[in-house]
Amino acid sequence: MLVGPNTKVVVQGATGKEGSFHLQRMLEYGTKVVAGVTPGKGGTTVHGVPVYDTVEEAVKKQGANASVIFVPAKFAADALLEAVDAGVELAVVITEHIPVHDTLRAVNYARARGVTVIGPNCPGIVAPPVRVKLGIMPNSIYQTPGKIAVVSRSGTLTYEISYQLVRAGFGINVAIGVGGDPVVGLDLMEATLKVAQDPEVEGIVVIGEVGGDAEERLAKLYAEGAINKPIVAYVAGRTAPPGKRMGHAGAIVMLGSGDAKSKIETFRSVGIPVAETPFEVPRLLAELLKK
Amino acid sequence: MKLHEYEAKELFSKYGVKIPPGRLALTPEEVHKAAKEIGTPVVLKAQVVVAGRGKAGGIKVANSPEEAYELSKKMFGMDIKGLKVKKLYVTKYVEVEKEMYLSLIIDRASRRYLFLASPVGGVDIEEIAKTSPEKIKRVYVDPSVGLRDYHVRSIVSWLGFKPGTPQWQQAASIVQAMYRIMVDYDAELVESNPLALTKEGEVIPLDARIIVDDNALFRHPELEKALEEDPRDVTEFEAYAKKIGFHYVELDGDVGIIGNGAGLTMATMDLVYHFGGRPANFLDIGGGASREVVKEAVKVLLNHPRAKVIFVNIFGGITRADEVALGIKDALAEAGGTTKKIVVRMKGTNEELGRAILAEVGVPLFENAEEAAKKAVELARL
Repeated sequence: MLVGPNTKVVVQGATGKEGSFHLQRMLEYGTKVVAGVTPGKGGTTVHGVPVYDTVEEAVKKQGANASVIFVPAKFAADALLEAVDAGVELAVVITEHIPVHDTLRAVNYARARGVTVIGPNCPGIVAPPVRVKLGIMPNSIYQTPGKIAVVSRSGTLTYEISYQLVRAGFGINVAIGVGGDPVVGLDLMEATLKVAQDPEVEGIVVIGEVGGDAEERLAKLYAEGAINKPIVAYVAGRTAPPGKRMGHAGAIVMLGSGDAKSKIETFRSVGIPVAETPFEVPRLLAELLKK
Repeated sequence: MKLHEYEAKELFSKYGVKIPPGRLALTPEEVHKAAKEIGTPVVLKAQVVVAGRGKAGGIKVANSPEEAYELSKKMFGMDIKGLKVKKLYVTKYVEVEKEMYLSLIIDRASRRYLFLASPVGGVDIEEIAKTSPEKIKRVYVDPSVGLRDYHVRSIVSWLGFKPGTPQWQQAASIVQAMYRIMVDYDAELVESNPLALTKEGEVIPLDARIIVDDNALFRHPELEKALEEDPRDVTEFEAYAKKIGFHYVELDGDVGIIGNGAGLTMATMDLVYHFGGRPANFLDIGGGASREVVKEAVKVLLNHPRAKVIFVNIFGGITRADEVALGIKDALAEAGGTTKKIVVRMKGTNEELGRAILAEVGVPLFENAEEAAKKAVELARL
């Protein structure tokens, strides 16, 4: 799977406000954060974790194999390229507002070298059974391990739906926020395919939103039989007007495609139930798993 | 940032593409002068960044400088899809033999640049995709490889030109210029529609549209300046919200929406709609809902002309409910009270403290978002 007991994390931008705050939360959750990187701050520590000037050092000295990036938008693509060249297997880019052309080049570079990128503009990945979190999800919500995977283009909506699932008695196997930007590393379709291959996962909740066609591509794969796990979906933005960005850079109905209604219809047409509201997700999932 | 046609054409011209002579005019007098200099007939084109200007009366042909003057008097100040016409682009009237379509976008799924080309154009790509999808050619360009001659050949021959002709050469140079603009200006869209073959046998972009990535504007200070001087499709509310650091989109209903996170805020809008209400806006305050941030957001909606009810939906594992409640209280205190109803649904730590603070100012706190949404819709109907 994407993360496991052997995941050793380096945090890029570890001494910044966000980076240092979330580094501590990740440690508290149980994540093996082995190093931080902030150019110029090498030799110091943050929350007891050694800080280096480069990712290369963090990999060599601490054996880091995954990175979480909190570096400001102007420098974030550079940070991702550095992580790839240093040899990490997984990079999670939390940073929002990275220019899309920068993302395009950096993500393609990473993919060509077999590195999985989650994000940019994402909450990351959390796996309660192994207590590993690379991201910014609130720890309190992900305390109940279980068999459900949540794959989402949103942040807070992921927390909300995860919370509703746990309240309804489900446990979470993994939650992945793939990011709200137009171009991301692992997209909604690929992330769903990935979690579906895990034998521990019994059901998948997919949270889509307006913009792009990842939901449609996912529905097509499902119809072709490539995913043989039950899926319940929710799509945010039925009331979103065309041509306007709804908070996320990628949440925009453009060139006549990407509206929520057509995504919902596409899901339903291939037999994936779609919740009318986020609060209906647990009930639909329970019904589906009973079958 | 959406560029005006005249700005987009200036960029095309900078990259060596021949464009019809044109002048920007801000008054009927300037229109008269421009028409005289260019030579009539001329086309007066309203500079508003929406599609479908022509149908809305934003494009007119004038046969004399006097006619241009008179026509422009009616066009200045005109409302086109909610945008006021402040600038007219006066351009030489061109006799057209054939209209084509050419655009360049970023394809999310393949993570590549994508040219869309059609030998028929002049209408929206949506329209072409509906009526004659077989006419649209897709040419993908990998950013690590860049635009190659074979891409260009593929596009230009699809448009119907023959190698070795001057038209082939002109079309090829337009394809190359569009690609360079895309990369050099951090564009999300570069479009020429219609791309025209004139009666005189020249290939020229009759209209041009460019959208630049807002996140990359720091690399293009001249565009940042142009946006500041002319905010185009950004409403006053949207500009104000952006300054504070919110994501704000105007909608047309009467239930004001505040949420944290884009997905949750959209879901909140949908929830209101689901229970029969109409959202007035989308306001995402982003992560870390502090007292100050909540106060500013509530203030925005207290001043909103249509929002009768303000529905605040905050979900945070680490957000403190008392902070949010204090923000609401502060906003009400600064406004000196309000006739608007406020409904709050909040999930976070210190919920009891938050409830007590809100009770002081007569605002109900819901734990269940669906009940809160129903309440907000009900209050808007009163």
